[in-house]
Amino acid sequence: MEIKLFGITKDIVGSDIISVPEDVHVGNVRELKSWLYIQYPPLKELSALAIAVEHTYAVDTTLLEKSNEIALIPPVSGG
Amino acid sequence: MIKLVTTIDINEAYAELQHAEAGGLSLFIGTVRNHAGGKSGVVQLDFEGYEPMAVKEMEVLAAKAKARWPIKKLVMIHALGAKKVGDPVVIIGTSTAHRKDAFESCEFLIDELKKSVPIWKKEHFDDQTVWVNAHP
Repeated sequence: MEIKLFGITKDIVGSDIISVPEDVHVGNVRELKSWLYIQYPPLKELSALAIAVEHTYAVDTTLLEKSNEIALIPPVSGG
Repeated sequence: MIKLVTTIDINEAYAELQHAEAGGLSLFIGTVRNHAGGKSGVVQLDFEGYEPMAVKEMEVLAAKAKARWPIKKLVMIHALGAKKVGDPVVIIGTSTAHRKDAFESCEFLIDELKKSVPIWKKEHFDDQTVWVNAHP
């Protein structure tokens, strides 16, 4: 499973993508966020952190498939 | 017209908003200012977007606005990349039969864009860089 990164999350991770290892089971958004916070603690300091699945804002219970396009959405600041 | 661009063309947006039944046309243009958070010395803003999702979110907002106001024409254009002080970075426009609907729908669209559309700006001051809104 691959996670696209944008804005400050790219700086925190030092890459524009996170590859979740095959042996890590993240079945929904809540589980993914827990795993990410352990791997990259500075993510917890952000004002907010949303997850997008297939270009749509997801909720904690949204199920994740390996084939989904998943992205971390730190606080937006367009305009 | 909903899109992400490198350079905003104000005339293109204005032309798009023309409609024979529209008596009011409201345009909001967001530009780069030289200060932020009470600090002067902003020299540049870098805009990054999650492009397919940003366009999709703008389309969602456009649909909400069209359901609420009798909009004849609508424009949402956001620039990505490096922008200097004074450059236009976003242009929102609506045309309606009467001005009140144009003002209200235009304000709604820019307010909501700032809340939900996945675009990020990094402020370059003369002495530091900051991702806007990232931290409390």
